[in-house]
Amino acid sequence: MNTNILNFIITLLLALAFSIFLPWWSVMLAAFVSAVLFSLKGWKVFFIPFIAVFLFWTGYAFLLSNDNNFTLAKKIAILLPLDGNPFLLILVTGIVGGLAGGFAGIFGKQCQALVKK
Amino acid sequence: MKYLKFVISLLLTVIIYYGLNTKFGSVPPIGKFLNPATGIWQNEKDETITGTVSIDGLKDKVTVHYDEQLIPHIFAENENDLYRAQGYITAKHRLWQMEFQTMAAAGRLSEFIGEAALNYDRRQRRLGMGFGAEQAIEKIKEDPETMAFLEAYAEGVNSYINELQPKDIPVEYKLLDYKPEPWTTKKTALLLMYMTKDLAGSDTDLEYTNALRIFGKERFDLLYPDFYDVIDPIIPKSTDWSYIDVPMTETPASELPLDTISKTIEKPHPDNGSNNWAISGQKSYSGNPILANDPHLGLNLPSIWFVMQLSTPTHNTFGATLPGALGIISGFNKYIAWGETNATRDVQDWYKIEFKDEKHSQYKYGDDWRTADLRVEEIKIKDKAPFIDSVRYTHHGPVTYDQNFMGDNKLAGYAMKWSGHIGGNNQRTFLELNKGKNYDDYVNALKHYTAPAQNFVFASTEGDIAIWVQGKLPNKWKGQGKFLMDGSNPQHDWQSFIPQEFNAHTKNPERGFVSSANQHPVDESYPFYVFNDGFETYRNRVINDFFNSRDTFSIQDFRDLQNNNYNLKAAELLPHIFNTMDTSSLTEEELQILNEIKAWNFNNDIDELGPSIWSAWWRNLHSLLWDEYKVDDVALKTPYDYQTVHLLKTKGDDAFMDIIETPETETAGDLFLISFKKAVKSLMDWKAENGSYNWNAYKATYVGHLLQGLPAFSRFNLPIGGGSNIVNATKKNHGASWRMIVEMSSPPTALGIYPGGQSGNPGSKYYDNFIDDWAAGNYHNLNFMQSDTGTDAVIGTQTLISN
Repeated sequence: MNTNILNFIITLLLALAFSIFLPWWSVMLAAFVSAVLFSLKGWKVFFIPFIAVFLFWTGYAFLLSNDNNFTLAKKIAILLPLDGNPFLLILVTGIVGGLAGGFAGIFGKQCQALVKK
Repeated sequence: MKYLKFVISLLLTVIIYYGLNTKFGSVPPIGKFLNPATGIWQNEKDETITGTVSIDGLKDKVTVHYDEQLIPHIFAENENDLYRAQGYITAKHRLWQMEFQTMAAAGRLSEFIGEAALNYDRRQRRLGMGFGAEQAIEKIKEDPETMAFLEAYAEGVNSYINELQPKDIPVEYKLLDYKPEPWTTKKTALLLMYMTKDLAGSDTDLEYTNALRIFGKERFDLLYPDFYDVIDPIIPKSTDWSYIDVPMTETPASELPLDTISKTIEKPHPDNGSNNWAISGQKSYSGNPILANDPHLGLNLPSIWFVMQLSTPTHNTFGATLPGALGIISGFNKYIAWGETNATRDVQDWYKIEFKDEKHSQYKYGDDWRTADLRVEEIKIKDKAPFIDSVRYTHHGPVTYDQNFMGDNKLAGYAMKWSGHIGGNNQRTFLELNKGKNYDDYVNALKHYTAPAQNFVFASTEGDIAIWVQGKLPNKWKGQGKFLMDGSNPQHDWQSFIPQEFNAHTKNPERGFVSSANQHPVDESYPFYVFNDGFETYRNRVINDFFNSRDTFSIQDFRDLQNNNYNLKAAELLPHIFNTMDTSSLTEEELQILNEIKAWNFNNDIDELGPSIWSAWWRNLHSLLWDEYKVDDVALKTPYDYQTVHLLKTKGDDAFMDIIETPETETAGDLFLISFKKAVKSLMDWKAENGSYNWNAYKATYVGHLLQGLPAFSRFNLPIGGGSNIVNATKKNHGASWRMIVEMSSPPTALGIYPGGQSGNPGSKYYDNFIDDWAAGNYHNLNFMQSDTGTDAVIGTQTLISN
């Protein structure tokens, strides 16, 4: 399996596992560990953990909210403010998680580079 | 190079972590907030209402049935378990609100809101809210049974807090980024202080002092009479008071300090009030007494009320609870029903304090100096150093105003004497009412009750109806406490209290009904001194006229009356205006609007134009008439509406009618015309911006979230009529906060509704699901379960067991 897919899967699995017992930054830890184990190159260093966490957070948020007719999401989307659109809120949620994962991925890669030699 | 990359990536990671983990202004810590595993997405659900939960301290099993309104019906084997379960279940649905209200009462909002709440917090501290709560707890300790229930309730709340996972804490905590703290018995006392302040924390002594100094005694008495020419008191006028045989307090021959007071603290909402009434079996369609209650408070989400059924093998009670307090506050059991309205009695007075020196440690009293205790109030502020606001306490009470707070005199201050500080076991009254079986039990329950003074209406299945004006009320000398008093003169102290049995009351009056709507409790024949501290004068007359108009009344009549939109104030003034106003100078547009209001039937219904025109007109008329009150740096209170209307109708050429800033001398007729033209202009401006000014759109009633009406969690533009001084007292953000009608059949049958929902979670469908029905004037049948055997109406059952 290529490193890109491995990194993606491990980031996703670790993020899922860590989220059970750790606060929100569990996704940063997941991306970091995955980046150390499966070193990526170029823009993928950021983008693959970004996508992994983005999918995790949007998917999870959608499942929870869809079950409840987006009752709270509609209200939070007024609060933030996102025009009361719950899907925009889900998108923002994914981007926030993605950014956290992406930057942690870059940091993981640099740590790995530091200890490699 | 790789070191540089490492450092940059580390920095970026730290920045992103910090940026997403920190609250910036009103923006929550966005990473925490939006994390689907622990953030707000976890609140996207209804509460669990099934299964078994173990709770520390329970003696027996407790069964909680939920009906389709999410009303919990709690069946416990003993009272201790009952109140423990009440605490647990209330916290489960309303935790954030319970804590928020008690933090607000204690003056602790700055702890999680920040410096923006500091002035609010200081005001609470200077009113002695914490002091009052501590006094109440001291008093309740004399009653070990009530104290034990308070502790069980607190432990019940804490059982819930302890089992709460971070992901499940209410949305508001996540938004403001803080956590719930343990519940204590003091918090229950603070909640009751919150209600005391809301209902008996308003007085105008300092404003009256200014008015007396500026206008003189004769004019003052014209503007602020103790009794109006027309009153319809709570206790019927024909009542014989000759059994009251205690001496009245003599008025001392002494001077009052006529200080100039530039500013006073914010008052509770002037319309905080309520309606209640009960009719006897003779006046009832079925022969059973019927009772109704609707408290008028700020319209908030989560609602101030939480409806519950509380049952043990020895009693079974249903009604509205206050989250944080024990038992049912306005409700019924198998034998009796009760409800409250505010008694609006003056139980808050102000004393001028003369300090010996700038240290403020001693103040003058009689011929001596007394020590003023120091209470150090440390107000913690989010992200800031604490603010220390030390308050001096005299034997009267806290020195609210001094050089550190809204005062500039280095050697003087104003101390507050308030029945809220006396310490009372008000909780016991409600616990006993919950178990009451007849009139005697009700009367005995009331004896514990001190503040805020309330009109307790009563009806029983035995056929009795009654109303008591209950509170610990000072036996004042005539005129005492209307103005600022001299704190150094012992004769100005409250000398004694009205003996409880002489509090005004009536049982089974001949007219076949009892009622109250915050009006005068009694007429002038009552021997104790009662003065008008803002008694209502319209709703009570509509209610009493209604019950005097016919022989019998049905449940539908009760519903109609609670939703009655008749505007008596407008009906008493407008015909006079129509008869006297010179309309020759009106433009076509103005004439059209005059015709619109002339066609109005005085009902504040949602599709009418009249109420909006009246509202704009009255506002402008009031402001023109009382332009004498617009004095810089002097706190004043304009006369009450009844007297305002009375003066407009009977003293149209009084000097007050003149508009000071014009060279002409205006009369009431001129004011009507000028204010009408102004009102038309403001309505036209409003229309240009918003469209039709029908009452629905113009009033725009909303129910606002407790956090300053946070729009996302509030409901706007509710189609409901009514207004100020109307039986359906629904104003923009204030009105009937709970409507209840109980027929005293065996067992009683009841209707109830409130503008909110049982859940405090904005993510729950039960958060605001009553609002539309409430606005439409609909009610829910309250399902008074007679045993813990679940019925078809049960949508979920939770069992609480001991650990």
